[in-house]
Amino acid sequence: MISADDLRLTFGKGTPLENPALRGMSLTVNQGEFVTVIGSNGAGKSTFLNALAGEVMVDSGQIVVDNQDVTRLPTYKRASRVARVFQDPLAGTCENLSIEENLALAIKRGQRRGLSTAVKKQYLGQFRESLSSLKLGLENRLGDKMGLLSGGQRQAVSLLMASLTPSSILLLDEHTAALDPKTGAFVLELTEKIIEEQKLTALMVTHSMKQALDVGDRTVMLHQGQVVFDIAGKEREGLEVKDLLGLFEKQRGLEVDDDSLLLG
Amino acid sequence: MLSEIAFYGALETGLIYGLVAFGIYISFRVLDFPDLTVDGSFPLGAAVSAVLIIHGWNPWIATGAAVLAGMAAGSVTALLNVKLKILNLLASILTMIALYSVNLRVMGRPNVALLSEQTVLTPWYDLGLAYHQVPVVLFLIVVLVALFLLWRFMKSETGLAMRATGANPRMARAQGIATGGMIVLGVALSNGLVGLAGALFAQSQGAADVTMGVGVIVIGLASLIGGEALITPNTVIRALLACVVGAIIYRLAIAFALNADVLGLQAQDLNLITAVLVTLAIVLPGVRNSVVSKFTRKKA
Repeated sequence: MISADDLRLTFGKGTPLENPALRGMSLTVNQGEFVTVIGSNGAGKSTFLNALAGEVMVDSGQIVVDNQDVTRLPTYKRASRVARVFQDPLAGTCENLSIEENLALAIKRGQRRGLSTAVKKQYLGQFRESLSSLKLGLENRLGDKMGLLSGGQRQAVSLLMASLTPSSILLLDEHTAALDPKTGAFVLELTEKIIEEQKLTALMVTHSMKQALDVGDRTVMLHQGQVVFDIAGKEREGLEVKDLLGLFEKQRGLEVDDDSLLLG
Repeated sequence: MLSEIAFYGALETGLIYGLVAFGIYISFRVLDFPDLTVDGSFPLGAAVSAVLIIHGWNPWIATGAAVLAGMAAGSVTALLNVKLKILNLLASILTMIALYSVNLRVMGRPNVALLSEQTVLTPWYDLGLAYHQVPVVLFLIVVLVALFLLWRFMKSETGLAMRATGANPRMARAQGIATGGMIVLGVALSNGLVGLAGALFAQSQGAADVTMGVGVIVIGLASLIGGEALITPNTVIRALLACVVGAIIYRLAIAFALNADVLGLQAQDLNLITAVLVTLAIVLPGVRNSVVSKFTRKKA
């Protein structure tokens, strides 16, 4: 379980470029929930995710993961509980390291690292097994450099790395946005499969309203650094993109003029 | 042609600079941290070991102290960067400048002679080897031990975390790696190796001098880049071998250039030769590729 309470964060405070990114953001994600997050550019989606991960520190508010206050902890101290897949396929893996070395890094996420060999023999079976579930033939390429893989393959491996060890929450930051539609669909399908099989708690940011409604079991919309609506269960079933837009306009009393929300 | 003594002399300094190149590999390549501290930590290692030796310490313990001194210097640079957010290059220049004063303080004068002292080399002269071969044999052993330990370290969980820190710090943090701590550890390790090199250099040359660090960074980089041009560093072991091979070849090239009378070069031309060799090492692999591609048909 992860809960954010009244998060506030302003970039460039006291300068002409002052930008309030989070203005009282509150959200609780319960154990086993798969929440999709939408919002226009500048709504605070990425900042919210970065705040949960620890990459940015909030000015005020509280973040609690599994009953522990992590608000002031840096990223690396939250890593045992928070797993993450980035938007940029190059960001989640090290291209100069081999596939098995990347996986070996991930299998120790948030744990103490000692002086024993990183790529242990007993890991290899597990690595091969999880890689073969991707059906990309990567199980025979453990020693290959990550840089040799395509963007989609790297994103699939990133996803695998994020789910290799248990986490309290999996953060997915528009992780299919940088991929071509076919590869994006493959990675999304894989995401759903992994989340369902391992019963993960996940928060997925997306630019596409359709995707936000198609996957997961709860949808949250952000606007100007706040949650404007939060739908789940029966209310969410059968909802379409135009209903979502209607909801948004009703909530805010304004027109949506951002094409990216309509086109998704 | 090169005389036998000049040849062994080049091997000896080449092996010492191999240790420097290991250090530079860790900072520049593994951590992507351009660290110029080495120009100060090399003479620091020399100064610390020389002063302890003339005060009657065991030369190996004095050498160990030089390693620790180098590590401390590296830690200062890394902490200036990690804790005080000073740009890495500038942080290392600050430490390097400060070390000049520190080195003078350590020695109490600009240089310390070791000519009649017991050094790590002394017991090895009784083994029946030729005089000029002794340092080569001992330093080769030291370099091979360092190479093996570094190789094992880079393959360990902590070493892998260090490599990830340099290659992709954001990903490293997300994997729970304290990247700041890794930078401190790596830069300390790097300068510890350079301190070791300085200590061995002082003992084999018979003196520590406050100016002996000038240009060490360039020589180390020349060795690293030259070695990488010869041995593609696509694995850790190859990258480490490239450091040693590069350093030895570099010193041999220097010795050869200075010994070839036709070229008319003298010792004072050393820095010019270094700059030319570094330039060649950087440019030549590209030239080779473009020449090769002119003569080979591209495969579809």
